[in-house]
Amino acid sequence: MSGITILKNARIIDPSRHVDEIGTIVIKDGVIAEAGASALNQGAPEGATVKDCTGLIATPGLVDARVHVGEPGAEHRETIASAARAAAAGGVTSFIMMPDTDPVIDDIALVEFVRKTARDTAIVNVYPAAAMTKGLGGVEMTEFGLLSEAGAVAFDNGRKALSDSLVLRRAMSYARELGVVISLSPRDKYLGNGAMNEGLLASWLGLSGIPKEAEIIPLERDLRIAGLTGGKYHAALISVPESAEAVQVARKRGAKVTCGVSINNLTLNENDIGEYRTFFKLSPPLRTEDDRMAMVDALNRGEIDIIVSAHDPQDVDTKRLPFPEAEEGAVGLETMLSAALRLHHAGHVSLMRLIDAMSTRPAQIFGLDAGTLKAGAKADVTLIDLDQPWTVARDALTSRSKNTPFEDALFSGRAVATYVAGVCVYTAG
Amino acid sequence: MVLFPHRHLLGIKGLTQADITFLLDKADEAVKISRQREKKTSTLRGLTQINLFFEASTRTQSSFELAGKRLGADVMNMSVGNSSVKKGETLIDTAMTLNAMRPDVLVIRHSSGGAAALLAQKVSCSVVNAGDGQHEHPTQALLDALTIRRALGSLSGITVAICGDVLHSRVARSNIILLNAMGARVRVVAPPTLLPSGIRDMSVEVYHDMKEGLKNADVVMMLRLQRERMSGSFVPSVREYFHYYGLDAEKLKAAKEGALVMHPGPMNRGVEIASEIADGPQSVIERQVEMGVAVRMAVMEALLLSNNNGERA
Repeated sequence: MSGITILKNARIIDPSRHVDEIGTIVIKDGVIAEAGASALNQGAPEGATVKDCTGLIATPGLVDARVHVGEPGAEHRETIASAARAAAAGGVTSFIMMPDTDPVIDDIALVEFVRKTARDTAIVNVYPAAAMTKGLGGVEMTEFGLLSEAGAVAFDNGRKALSDSLVLRRAMSYARELGVVISLSPRDKYLGNGAMNEGLLASWLGLSGIPKEAEIIPLERDLRIAGLTGGKYHAALISVPESAEAVQVARKRGAKVTCGVSINNLTLNENDIGEYRTFFKLSPPLRTEDDRMAMVDALNRGEIDIIVSAHDPQDVDTKRLPFPEAEEGAVGLETMLSAALRLHHAGHVSLMRLIDAMSTRPAQIFGLDAGTLKAGAKADVTLIDLDQPWTVARDALTSRSKNTPFEDALFSGRAVATYVAGVCVYTAG
Repeated sequence: MVLFPHRHLLGIKGLTQADITFLLDKADEAVKISRQREKKTSTLRGLTQINLFFEASTRTQSSFELAGKRLGADVMNMSVGNSSVKKGETLIDTAMTLNAMRPDVLVIRHSSGGAAALLAQKVSCSVVNAGDGQHEHPTQALLDALTIRRALGSLSGITVAICGDVLHSRVARSNIILLNAMGARVRVVAPPTLLPSGIRDMSVEVYHDMKEGLKNADVVMMLRLQRERMSGSFVPSVREYFHYYGLDAEKLKAAKEGALVMHPGPMNRGVEIASEIADGPQSVIERQVEMGVAVRMAVMEALLLSNNNGERA
């Protein structure tokens, strides 16, 4: 992108530099030239595109580290292009795509396919995570070295639990030398074989429960193995405070571990399931309100590193079923930011921490060229109107799938413009 | 005036004490009809009832069928074996297809909790839950209540011990709700592996010892233990289960003299109940079957007549 774009009078929040000030962002040829209060004191140059951002917040483009896409294999649910449009509408300029597609992203050719398709069709940055084991089978590790060279930014077992701890140990030892991140969503496939959070509500509904321990036990194992091998480990989706605590303890022991939480587990609880509403059937399951509040606190303290949308498009044929038979997952790219702003409006988490958790921190963990507005960085910028009210209308969602748990939800605040490498790829309204 | 202000019967939850009493009173009338030589009435003449059974069930399905027929409705049975459900059609698609045939009531049994509620959102007729997974089985709880009320006079103040596989039992859940609503004291007796999490907050007293749990009980309600849960997964063996939790003469002695013995059927003789008890003088198991038809007549009449009260009342 050639030319100069100037975003002036914005409240710039850049966690990478601890900046929160009114100022100007100067974008030159797709790159940040300057961003801050002292930028452009001499006035705009001739021919620049100038946008007055008075009343808006400008942040580094959001980074969503956990997105399921249906391409290849289930394009009717979501393509890379449609996920990218949904991302842009939600202020997300980069996302990491999970490998559990059909076929599974476990080979260089498939990583290249994703990157090429993204380059040709996606309006935001799409980074593939490769499968940690071949076919997600949990037995043989994939070619970590070649796959990272091809562009895989993490190694993940997707929705599949990893049972064999020896496989994990070897994978993490091997990954350590390459410096790549192993990312897993801890869930014991036996203990965790239920439909919703275990407890009184599940008991009355006659649904089999998923106890906290189904997450904590495999997480503790993973953390121990991370300590043993020295590899980088990311607990992709945790849902209970005991998990955040375990990660914290492992960190203190010196393990290189990080963790993430789905926006759903921060803003919804098990009561939202009501009478078997399958759009609230998620993995990890929605927990109790006490758990939710404790997770918000852990996020606030920085013990939980990042927030993800856990975007998981599902169709009518997988969701319009009796609760136990329905698939897990919800779309979230378009609503993550607005839902997260609820935590700001409620006074629970600062904007700086929220943007950090949705941009700067995930970019650091996965080594992405994103998450900052410092001079020289790629000009991915999200403009946010903090108070703009809007209602989530299912049919108005950009995503091909409409399985949102926020249907008809009232939000205050949203992304009003999204820039990727200096190009405006989305404007609201 | 609407006497029964509900369009569907999806569970006991949501019914008031007055609703339950209304249905039981109506069922008392239906018992009389069933005991006459001429059993057929014209109450629901011209209306269509479809029994949609995704889980095999001989007794509940026949009971609903007979209830409909005795009320004069046209009854059609649909079971999974000969439907397109096996060809991958979803529950909703099947229901919509049947709905297009304009039935007045759909009776559904399904192996998943919430299936009846899901159906009720999509179809335009009344829906009766004939058992959904491990959630509820409201007509069973009503027929149990009717059996008890007719034998003991009232549900209020009595003690009922529900014994066995409470975890997987929709019958137990419906009964716990109903009996509490009617002022009975409810106990559950089972090994910990067969009790749901949070059971102590479900308005019951919890016992793991059969004799203690049965002490002074007016009613002993046994639950069926599914065969696949008997050997090692939930309890170690049939032998051990019967030893500790099977109802035999010895354990029954702990209950009040003449306490009613109930079972929703089908029974596993020698697993949860000894034959001599099942066939003994305190057993009202066959009476429960009779009450089943009456209760289902009452439910369908209440739902369909309050729906059509403009035209038919």
